[in-house]
Amino acid sequence: MTALLEIEQLEVGFGATAAVRGASLAVERGETHCLVGESGCGKSVTALAVMNLLARGGRRQAKRLAFEGEDIAGLDDHGMARLRGNRMAMIFQEPMTSLNPAYTVGSQMTEVLRRHRKVPQSQAVDRAADLLARVGITAPGLRLGQFPHQLSGGLRQRVMIAMALMCEPQLLIADEPTTALDVTVQAQILRLLAQLQRDLGLGMLLITHDLGIVARVAHRVSVMYAGEVVESASTAELFADPRHPYTQGLLRCVPIPGKVARDSPLGSIPGTVPRIGPGFEGCGFRDRCDFADASCAVAVPRRQVGATHEYLCRLTA
Amino acid sequence: MLRFFVRRLIVALLVTATVMTLAFVLTRLSGDLAISIAGPNATQADVDAVRKAYGLDRPVIRQYFDWVGRALTGDLGDSYFFKTRVANLLAERMPVTLTLGIVGLLIALAVSLPLGILAAVRENTVLDRLVQMVAVIGQAMPSFWLGLILMITLGLRGWLPISGTGSWQHYVMPGIVLAFSAIPALTRLTRAGMIQAMSSDYIRTARAKGLSRASILLKHALRNAAIPVVAIAAVALGFMLGGSIVIEQVFALHGVGFLAWESIGKNDFPVVQAVVMVLAVIYVALTTIADLLNAVLDPRLRSA
Repeated sequence: MTALLEIEQLEVGFGATAAVRGASLAVERGETHCLVGESGCGKSVTALAVMNLLARGGRRQAKRLAFEGEDIAGLDDHGMARLRGNRMAMIFQEPMTSLNPAYTVGSQMTEVLRRHRKVPQSQAVDRAADLLARVGITAPGLRLGQFPHQLSGGLRQRVMIAMALMCEPQLLIADEPTTALDVTVQAQILRLLAQLQRDLGLGMLLITHDLGIVARVAHRVSVMYAGEVVESASTAELFADPRHPYTQGLLRCVPIPGKVARDSPLGSIPGTVPRIGPGFEGCGFRDRCDFADASCAVAVPRRQVGATHEYLCRLTA
Repeated sequence: MLRFFVRRLIVALLVTATVMTLAFVLTRLSGDLAISIAGPNATQADVDAVRKAYGLDRPVIRQYFDWVGRALTGDLGDSYFFKTRVANLLAERMPVTLTLGIVGLLIALAVSLPLGILAAVRENTVLDRLVQMVAVIGQAMPSFWLGLILMITLGLRGWLPISGTGSWQHYVMPGIVLAFSAIPALTRLTRAGMIQAMSSDYIRTARAKGLSRASILLKHALRNAAIPVVAIAAVALGFMLGGSIVIEQVFALHGVGFLAWESIGKNDFPVVQAVVMVLAVIYVALTTIADLLNAVLDPRLRSA
């Protein structure tokens, strides 16, 4: 059985910048797949490219881009619009600005259902109220009639999640859904997403730069660096046996209770993600890598560790 | 919402009071009214008689409060030149100017909204540049000249009447000319608002929901882009009503603009004061309506 979402050799460019360079990953049905990496590594662009929501000037190209086994790279805007909000939904990093200030919560939630399903307005309102209750919003009837500016950031993100679920999608892409929220609210939203994913059997592509989140909710992790997926493994494998020097560096930056000694200083990775133009060869991490040598400037091999763990590096162990 | 409305109303009243005072002061500043009413061949005795007859010998403060008091009860005084009630004059001329202004605004909106949306959707293409160029040319074109050009092209061929107010066709050409004064600003504002709205997060959400292009553009983006357009459209209509003097002259439309022009020349100060006041009240009413419309469009304004 094919994966829910397959991305193979995705390339996205903006002008003279290559934002995504041959990224590949697959999200299985009913699994939470975390895409991690630091700011600017191409996580969000990958998600937007899948939804075909790239900002103007973005060029997308992929060897294979398939949803439920069907090619979506060749779909025109109309065909893609029929999938979006319907079988694949997305929530964003900015809950404060992602809802239209001019329309009520109810109107924005019902319109997505009525766009994709032939249902009467009253039935759409009922479903919206059910979902608001389901995402932990009290007094859904009241909230449906309110405008976004009357809700807090955490509530707005819950509304976004409920709205994304209106058409019972198979895939939910969540682009750093908790980054803009208070820490306490972050935990609530995350628990909610994990629970909904389990209850509804959602395939979820969760983008984050927070390895703590990954450890808690992910079944599978892909680590992205400078537009490439440099390592991909089940969560247990990745935390137990990181292979790529970048993944190792990332894990050293995070205090993991029981794993990191209390008094030892946390690690850091010197430097920043480079801006890479088209025609770049070799490993994008080599300028920041302790193990880099001349061979890193040419094509890097993809190595396999067992059936579900692979990474992109010349190092073998 | 009620508090918002009451506050807007108080501001509107204050502005009206200010403009009434200015209208009164400015007519007094234009020279000795008694001398100019009496005419160039009048003797000192004639001037004194005029001054007494029209109450111009009383203290200025008394004249002011007298005028304001009467104006509040709807009594705008008598015209010296037309020998009739000012209120009657206005009632006769206002419909012409109002019709002209509304026709002008409707034409302006019918042209600038589609053009602005089109330019925004095709941002930085040849079409966008062309729209902007047309807007600049429209802005630079003097209205009397455009009026004459239209007369030559449309009027002399008998397609549209050139002057007068006999039928609705009489308002088409002057309406087009008036509209041209507002089209450049409204087009640019619509374009800028749409470009900003289209790059916003909620439009990305709307696209992520798989909504149709029409719904994204017209329901989600235009609703937000329209807010500044509504405000400027109200100002433009006020400007058309007050600034149609030239157009009313060119097309021989006997509206309020024409009346103001005649009265200023004759120093018919009760008429001038009344015209300024009525136009100011209309202008204030229009901007207040625009504020309320905006509160309907943008729920966030209702709590402001």
